Amino acid sequence: MVTARDSPVTEKPRPALVRLLREAVRLRRCKIGLVFSLLALAVALIGPFAAPYSPTAFVAAPFAMPSAQVPLGADYLGRDVLSRFLCGGLSLLLIAVPATVLGVGLGTVLGISTAMFKGIFAEASLRMLDVLLAFPQVVLSLLFITLLGPRPWLLIGVVALAHFPQSTRVLKGAAAEVVERDFVKAAQIIGMPSHRIVFQELLPNVGGQLLVELGLRFTYSIGIIAALSFLGFGRQPPHPDWGLMVSENKVALLFQPWGTVLPVIAVAVLTVGVNLVADAIGRVTARIQVRTPAP
Amino acid sequence: MLPPMLRLVVWRVAVGAMTLLALSTLIFGATQALPGDAAVQILGTHATAEQIVALRTTLGLDRPVIVQYAAWLTGILHGDFGNSLTGGQSVATLIAPHLFASAMLLLFSFTTAVPLALLLGIWSAVKRDQLFDHVCSGALLVFASLPEFVIGIGLVVVFATTLLRLFPPVSLLSPEDPIGEQLRYLVLPVATLVVASTPYVARMMRASMIEVLDSDYIAMARLNGIDERTIVFNYAIRNAIPASIQVIALTLIYLAGGIVVVEAVFNYPGIGVAFIDAVRYRDLPTVQCLSLMIGAVYVLTNLLADIAVILCTPRLRTQW
Repeated sequence: MVTARDSPVTEKPRPALVRLLREAVRLRRCKIGLVFSLLALAVALIGPFAAPYSPTAFVAAPFAMPSAQVPLGADYLGRDVLSRFLCGGLSLLLIAVPATVLGVGLGTVLGISTAMFKGIFAEASLRMLDVLLAFPQVVLSLLFITLLGPRPWLLIGVVALAHFPQSTRVLKGAAAEVVERDFVKAAQIIGMPSHRIVFQELLPNVGGQLLVELGLRFTYSIGIIAALSFLGFGRQPPHPDWGLMVSENKVALLFQPWGTVLPVIAVAVLTVGVNLVADAIGRVTARIQVRTPAP
Repeated sequence: MLPPMLRLVVWRVAVGAMTLLALSTLIFGATQALPGDAAVQILGTHATAEQIVALRTTLGLDRPVIVQYAAWLTGILHGDFGNSLTGGQSVATLIAPHLFASAMLLLFSFTTAVPLALLLGIWSAVKRDQLFDHVCSGALLVFASLPEFVIGIGLVVVFATTLLRLFPPVSLLSPEDPIGEQLRYLVLPVATLVVASTPYVARMMRASMIEVLDSDYIAMARLNGIDERTIVFNYAIRNAIPASIQVIALTLIYLAGGIVVVEAVFNYPGIGVAFIDAVRYRDLPTVQCLSLMIGAVYVLTNLLADIAVILCTPRLRTQW
């Protein structure tokens, strides 16, 4: 058992995830990023409960100016912009979070297994993924939406599929480096079963890269999903949705910009925030790797 | 035996051709997974079974899948992408004007983004950890996080509608307009693409340049007292050429995907808008054609970039 007194010894080769995060939070960009992301997440999660009107109720004239009744004016059908804004973030998160976890999860499984078990199969599956990489993520998503129509579960699937090849590449690169290290070789020599090597030796040592990948992919998910909604292939009207709001109210930018500007700012704050945090974690991970160089 | 460099190039071309073939199989295979086929889609849900069978025969949908695939592929190789399901005219005539508009957009964005990304990347590597580098990398990180449509709308708010009114917010291109007017329409879409693509590639360029500057021979040159300017311009940049070729390729690949959303933001009549319309009306032949073309840009750009890197790596002229 590890006790506090052993720490100089146990602390040596392995970048513990907690230590990594603690070090990352000390960076200024991480603090700013956390504030940004928590702000946007709070709006998305608490917003629906704070909305003064139903997001689908007609409460004023179309594109009405801000007034005491509708603090930020009305949208193109006369619905309250503030209420639609407060309710519109949740659907984005409900698709972006599972899509990111699924895509990066699949990428981690395939990336680590191809790094562990080299051979024809690993080589072939990586080559096949290269073909998927040829499509920009939006194009790949749109190709599948053409075939199956815009549905929320399909969006999760296509966005995950769009992340899958890139996450596999990143995790394969990270794991391949760890597989070459002495402690993995030692574990293999003493006959430790592969699944235990994966969970006890490989995963903890690619934790930093995995977190960075999750953060990065999450910002891309938000970007793709909001863009697909904006193009009309995400949540369908009258559902409140940030991406959809932008395209619905874009025509009125000249005289009633709130319906467009608010969701755009929210998406920007969310993606910039998460990306700053991911970048901070990435920097600290790289720094730890420099401190404990591979043999 | 072929010389090693030529052998590498031939091998790389073969891999590229295989990837293109796999790409076409994927696009065609995905179509086959569609519940109901083109005949059902053209005729709608009210068609009788006989009508569907008749149309299937006319369209050749009753043939085995592999024959259909072969016919589709030979058609493409002859420049025949089939007929649009919505308009009935050939896909090639449908997209030709869009292709030209997108090519203009790509040309301007590419020629702006590449020098900008190279300059920013190299300069912040040279000034590493100084003020310029900090400001630049912070700004690039922020812009790299923003989705294209957010940048696009942001630019519209600032430069076209709410704050200033310098440029038109949507692209109402018409051939009768004087050329100056048409260029004005291009400014904001091009700016959006440049702002969206530059951070990503500039960061890559900075990383490669730092790797070069950290290498032993640069340290040696410094120890020999060669001045920093000569080191950067004569030694470092030359060895960063392969990296910058990759950067140029990445910019083009990024732009090919980016135009879809950016064109939609500005209603710019390019292939992005054509693609979105085709998706909306589930016009499969057009979707197939355009996704194959966008995928081909990726494969061909990578191919050319790899060959260029092979050609300017002197090491490969002598060894395998």
